[in-house]
Amino acid sequence: MQRRVVITGLGVVAPGGIGAKAFWELLTSGRTATRTISFFDPSPFRSQVAAECDFDPAAHGLSPAQTIRMDRAAQFAVVAAAEAVADAGLELAELDPYRVGTVVGSAVGATMSLEREYVIASDRGRRWLVENARTSPHLYDYYVPGSFAAEVAWSIGAEGPAAVVSTGCTSGLDAVAYAAELIREGSADVVVGGASDAPISPITVACFDAIKATTPRNDDPAHASRPFDNSRNGFVLGEGSAMFVLEDLERARRRGAPVYAEIVGFASRCNAFHMTGLRPDGREMAEAIRNALDTARMDPTAIGYVNAHGSGTKQNDRHETAAVKLALREHAYATPMSSIKSMVGHSLGAIGAIEVAACALAITNGVVPPTANLHEPDPECDLDYVPLEARDRRLDAVLSVGSGFGGFQSAMLLARPEGDAR
Amino acid sequence: MSERSIPDAPAAAARSGRTATGAPVVTGIGVVAATGLDTETYWKAVLDGRSGIGRIARFDPAQYPSRLAGEIRDFDPAAHLPDRLLAQTDHVTRYSLTAAAQALADAAVDPAALGDYDMGVVTASSAGGFEFGQKELEKLWSKGGDHVSAYQSFAWFYAVNTGQISIRHGLRGPSGVLVTDQAGGLDAIGQARRHLRAGTALAITGGVDGSLCPWGWIGQLATGQISESDDPERAYLPFDRDANGFVPGEGGAILVVEQREAARRRAAPKVYGEISGYAATFDPAPDRNRPPGLRRAIELALADAHCAAAEIDVVFADAAGVPELDLAEAKALNGVFGAGRVPVTAPKTMTGRLAAGAGGLDVATALLSLRDQVIPPTVNVGSLADGCRDLDLVLDAARPAPLRRALVLARGIGGFNAAVVVTAP
Repeated sequence: MQRRVVITGLGVVAPGGIGAKAFWELLTSGRTATRTISFFDPSPFRSQVAAECDFDPAAHGLSPAQTIRMDRAAQFAVVAAAEAVADAGLELAELDPYRVGTVVGSAVGATMSLEREYVIASDRGRRWLVENARTSPHLYDYYVPGSFAAEVAWSIGAEGPAAVVSTGCTSGLDAVAYAAELIREGSADVVVGGASDAPISPITVACFDAIKATTPRNDDPAHASRPFDNSRNGFVLGEGSAMFVLEDLERARRRGAPVYAEIVGFASRCNAFHMTGLRPDGREMAEAIRNALDTARMDPTAIGYVNAHGSGTKQNDRHETAAVKLALREHAYATPMSSIKSMVGHSLGAIGAIEVAACALAITNGVVPPTANLHEPDPECDLDYVPLEARDRRLDAVLSVGSGFGGFQSAMLLARPEGDAR
Repeated sequence: MSERSIPDAPAAAARSGRTATGAPVVTGIGVVAATGLDTETYWKAVLDGRSGIGRIARFDPAQYPSRLAGEIRDFDPAAHLPDRLLAQTDHVTRYSLTAAAQALADAAVDPAALGDYDMGVVTASSAGGFEFGQKELEKLWSKGGDHVSAYQSFAWFYAVNTGQISIRHGLRGPSGVLVTDQAGGLDAIGQARRHLRAGTALAITGGVDGSLCPWGWIGQLATGQISESDDPERAYLPFDRDANGFVPGEGGAILVVEQREAARRRAAPKVYGEISGYAATFDPAPDRNRPPGLRRAIELALADAHCAAAEIDVVFADAAGVPELDLAEAKALNGVFGAGRVPVTAPKTMTGRLAAGAGGLDVATALLSLRDQVIPPTVNVGSLADGCRDLDLVLDAARPAPLRRALVLARGIGGFNAAVVVTAP
């Protein structure tokens, strides 16, 4: 019999508070965690706002050696993984290390550490022949972010398949799907999987400035991320991580573990159109949604909530609205669809996993998180985007979609577990 | 089972009008490496034992402790790519696009003749388009943010090669990117196989890599595993008692992998072999006193291929060139196969270690070995190290042999292990 995959634990590091509890409180309150960038002086840049995490690694159990060695995104992943493992009630010592996998999604890897080291090695951009005398001994771990999976695997003692999945802004959804597939195919019984990114550094801000993808709404940072609103003018960069304990359903049942949700369907497609542009009709994302429904043998009308990519760029929000209408047809109008990026920003590869966490918590709590800052919808965005306030709603199945540079379009379906919800 | 449970892959494939039975087959190969810019030139160099390792020319390496690399020297990007793509791509993406175009041409695939979502791309990456990234970091820090290229947002990141290949050839099926250091190429092939099993007809996979720029170079130096020799014939000596690290290179291979039935249906002109088995494992944390995971990856890949150790005719080794890693690999091989019972080779001694490019190129080389019934040599290695002497390492010259199955191994820094079994058609 085909193995089924469920989420039995989750951990979140997100702007507005560390831990799943703080994250969920932020989402359901409709508050936002976007602010003026504090990590460096943003005044030379077009976009000066971001959703930053107030993160103290020591307070979350990381040793000085770990803090020095690991990039910020790796630290997020290890902390979120520890929360997920504890949440799932897993006893690490009782696991067979060979049957535990590790998957971390990340769009831009250790970009903060790389830039910090570059500035040292190049004497602030003065030397093409950069010097290797004063850089970190851990530079290779930043250079190849496979190290994120290694750090998480070491922290939980996993020796099954391990990987970093890096498909731009769909990395998070794709990493969770990769993790689920390892269980489904029998390569692992438990996978600690999710995604992490910590991209708030000058080079990231500059590269999105260059294509005007991020918002210049610098005078109103708390309301800068405005998905589906007519006044939206770009996304707000974020950071964070969500990690999950994914488990074979039978295994979870045997040990009596409460289940947040079952991962019942997934598909990804490429638009083969443009590295950063989207075809207006949303056909590839629609195809991914349809295919995810097909693998789940689910009718579109079963979907009670759509967690949107909802980045807040002009192009994305129209593209996505078109895609959801194509895939769900008239049911699109009857389905609440919100963007938590309005509150926690867009943490690139991490956000897909953070949004899966939001979906799992939405199912468990019977609450749809809102789209903050949505006062006057774009006339071309005419769905129910759950403006401003969370909404109570029993959810049997939810859809989460993502869209990434490179043309990636992914869709995942999560379903309420049978029997009592968590 | 409830209504909303996930059906197994063959059932899903059958519903979508396809079959996904049997191992997928490789129907096209594209190679870009220091020893050749197309498959047959590369393969002739391999059989001749001709190395592409030399002093780095792209930048002056005099100030660095390591100065040799398997550098691609005679590649004219304008001969392969339109101006529009030249402006927005790093070397590594140009090589990737070139290898992908070769592979599709070799397989005689007409993307327009296949269904909209029947073809995907899964590549491995290690550090992305790193020289492009160094240039933009330099502009940012020496001139200011408004000098940063509009292409930086995607020319550097890890997903760039998959995205650009997808766009250039109109491949819109399930796609992906894996970052597991040197194990990545094999992990990408394993993931492409999953997509085929779930119903996609064809996947472009493998990887092409290389970060030969000063900023990439010091990243690699930080491994402490790069040979500091200036003698191209003495620098990368895996399993040798004089092993002193490895030489990095640039390049790799892109493969066209198809469902067997889909290849038959479109009358694919050639089948190099099938991807019969794959597995990945991870090493224990450094402070745990537990065995490394390479042997387990081999055993799992053999089991996945339903194949006994005695049925493997040749092993393409990871060949780290670092004494303790060579010893660990020798121990894993002797443990699975018995001392000296299987020929082992490392043609990467001619190209250097290619990071995310390695797995694809070693699988391509293994398939060419199966085609021509000859094991390519490991060059420059002389006296084997203690603990490696029991290996039947194919030295100096190519060795003709009846070959049906090959095992390809790769290890990535951090603890990644991957193994692939390929079988002659």
